[in-house]
Amino acid sequence: MLLGRTANGLYWMNRYIERAENMARLVDAGLRMALTRTQDASEEWNSVLLSAGSDVAFSQKYQEYTAANVSDFLLRDTSNPSSTMSSIETARNNARMVRTALTRETWESINEAWMSLKRMLARPIDERDLPTVLDAIKRETALIRGSFYGTMLRNEIFDFSQLGTYVERADNTARILDVKYYVLLPSLSWVGSTLDNYQWESILRSVSAHRSYRWVYEADYKPTNIADYLILNVRMPRSLTFCYRFLGEHLKFLADDYGERHACHATAEKIQALLKRGSIKDIFDHGLHEFLHEFIRDNTRLGDEIAQDYRFY
Amino acid sequence: MSSEGSTRLAAFDEMLPEVSGLRRPYEAYDRWLKEQDPARLTQKMQDAERVFRKTGITFAVYGEQEASERLIPFDIVPRILSGQEWRRLTQGIEQRVQALNAFLDDIYHRQEILRAGRVPKDLIARNEAFLPEMIGVRPPAGVYTHIIGVDTVRISENEFYVLEDNARTPSGVSYMLENRETMMQLFPELFQKIKVRPVENYPQLLRQSLAAVRPQSAIGTPTIAVLTPGSYNSAYFEHAFLADQMGVQLVEGQDLRVVEGHVAMRTTEGYKQIDVLYRRVDDAFLDPLTFRPDSALGVPGIMDVYRAGNITIANAPGTGIADDKAIYSYMPEIVEFYTGRKAILGNIPTWRCSEPDSLKYVLEHIGELVIKEVHGSGGYGMLVGPAATKKECEEFAKKLQAKPSNYIAQPTLALSTCPILTEKGLSPRHVDLRPYVLVSDRIQIVPGGLTRVAMKEGSLVVNSSQGGGTKDTWVLDD
Repeated sequence: MLLGRTANGLYWMNRYIERAENMARLVDAGLRMALTRTQDASEEWNSVLLSAGSDVAFSQKYQEYTAANVSDFLLRDTSNPSSTMSSIETARNNARMVRTALTRETWESINEAWMSLKRMLARPIDERDLPTVLDAIKRETALIRGSFYGTMLRNEIFDFSQLGTYVERADNTARILDVKYYVLLPSLSWVGSTLDNYQWESILRSVSAHRSYRWVYEADYKPTNIADYLILNVRMPRSLTFCYRFLGEHLKFLADDYGERHACHATAEKIQALLKRGSIKDIFDHGLHEFLHEFIRDNTRLGDEIAQDYRFY
Repeated sequence: MSSEGSTRLAAFDEMLPEVSGLRRPYEAYDRWLKEQDPARLTQKMQDAERVFRKTGITFAVYGEQEASERLIPFDIVPRILSGQEWRRLTQGIEQRVQALNAFLDDIYHRQEILRAGRVPKDLIARNEAFLPEMIGVRPPAGVYTHIIGVDTVRISENEFYVLEDNARTPSGVSYMLENRETMMQLFPELFQKIKVRPVENYPQLLRQSLAAVRPQSAIGTPTIAVLTPGSYNSAYFEHAFLADQMGVQLVEGQDLRVVEGHVAMRTTEGYKQIDVLYRRVDDAFLDPLTFRPDSALGVPGIMDVYRAGNITIANAPGTGIADDKAIYSYMPEIVEFYTGRKAILGNIPTWRCSEPDSLKYVLEHIGELVIKEVHGSGGYGMLVGPAATKKECEEFAKKLQAKPSNYIAQPTLALSTCPILTEKGLSPRHVDLRPYVLVSDRIQIVPGGLTRVAMKEGSLVVNSSQGGGTKDTWVLDD
């Protein structure tokens, strides 16, 4: 038995930990693009902001799309609720609220991540230090994940936490793909110019998959393979299919534990079936953008239904 | 008579009194201490601070944006009491706690003590802490105040006094537990050498104690929950800590509502009945339908459930009347009235400024006394005569004359001292002691408590909100 408010806290704590890390990864990919391409850097930064869902808020504050501005906004700006600093702060506040549900190791790892990032992000980041800062963010969130997986009992507390992680992750991967879907379309991409190569690598890098891609597919980047990898691959930890495999599993644990199924179960199964049935060709035929658009919408609905079905409020 | 500035009071040092030399309870510790490398001790002091910060044992300070989370200073020298000293002290506390519960039952029922003229009627009827809603209500198992923190001070080898009876929602017990935990982590070898009575089982005792006062409507194992005002409350850490250690839910008002005559919490599987609520929310906020209507921290209708006998609220609403500062001065009479014996533990002599003779005395001796507001707490709004300037005394005298009934006065006591570790070695500081008492069908006192210490040399104010620190408190198993 768990308080609805506690389930809510666990869910959002994990969404925000995931988000804190995703922001770092997006900046990392953007930085890479800006370094390898001298022209159109601002366009790349704009894509990064679009993927982060922060483009409107950014443009209200800045005119120039530079590495300094974007990384400041996405990593340390506390007026941006999705920045790494805001995210880790929100994650910690939620962790404080649900502290009795967490192991000491998990709580301490979150608290320490908050302390160290607060220190590190207190002042504007010197561009030369950016790689170090990005590494530190990824290391802190990895430590949280490590203590979480290493010490938490696999019960409903774990399930609600994982639901938060995977809903956020699926949303993030889908958005990254959606912002860049046009570079994956066959009509443009089969040419395979150097420019495209950078774009493709950037997509993979923003989900930390640029190396593992080569272990699964042949060495060359192919847009259909990239889309296949990020959408349909069962083993790739940030693919949509992977996320839904675990969302399905944790929702099933909850249904079994409580002896009750809800609307969220039907929604998750519907999305899962869609991912299972489709081949990447079907998805391209249907329209990649349309597919992703619907996916993001359904994924958001799943989050709302989980909140309602398990009395988060 | 002292005038301005600081007055050094000759205080009794619990480790090394000037006259008689090292006291017995400290002998083994002193031997160990002399073998230690000072640099290692300094290192341990820093370790302790790191442990506290890492685990997030902080308290929020109101009105301080920057330092919104601060550590209470911890000193690594334990405060040590012998088994014999402890037994004497606890006898007095038990008697006092019995009297407090008897007084509450009487005050909300027959009011014998008022009829007997031992406590003035006015003091009760016009007191904000007295809840008319509790008249005629008998809590489950007849217990009003379940968890009490009796603040005691010592002034000599054999003289302990009660400074305050915290009978509403005493806090600080988590520090008692974490202080011990930290000491055991820092100095495991000490605990092998010296037999210290354990305090670690407090959460289990608390849980058993709460279960024992469950309402008759509870079926099977009672469901217990801790009610907190929320994660922004200054004592939130303690609320979470206790819920965690007891293995019960930590709830907020927004989680609760009345369902079919019972208080229930919203869970992922629907509403679940609660039988015993250990609330850390003040009376005024408990039920917006009965008390403050703007409260979002409580549960609308909980008082109806309570009056119907379907939930235990610990501590009961209205217990504040027993630890009110105006009532405090009557405690010797109260103890004698209900237990038939003289109070074992003394009160600090108190002048009630509402009485003309006392007021006259207080005004004449203002420079020697500590004057407190009847309803104040946390060390705010008080005058420490010997440390105040002539001008401050004169201004305070005007306030006093304007509303005498708002004040009580006490002599400035030389609180006992206990050494703390400073950069220059051991140095005495004034301390007090808050042992924790649990009341159900029996009275249990955990051997130890929270020792608060004024970190500033010469200071008598031990409150954490005023820069006080804490120490681990040892009761020897001898």
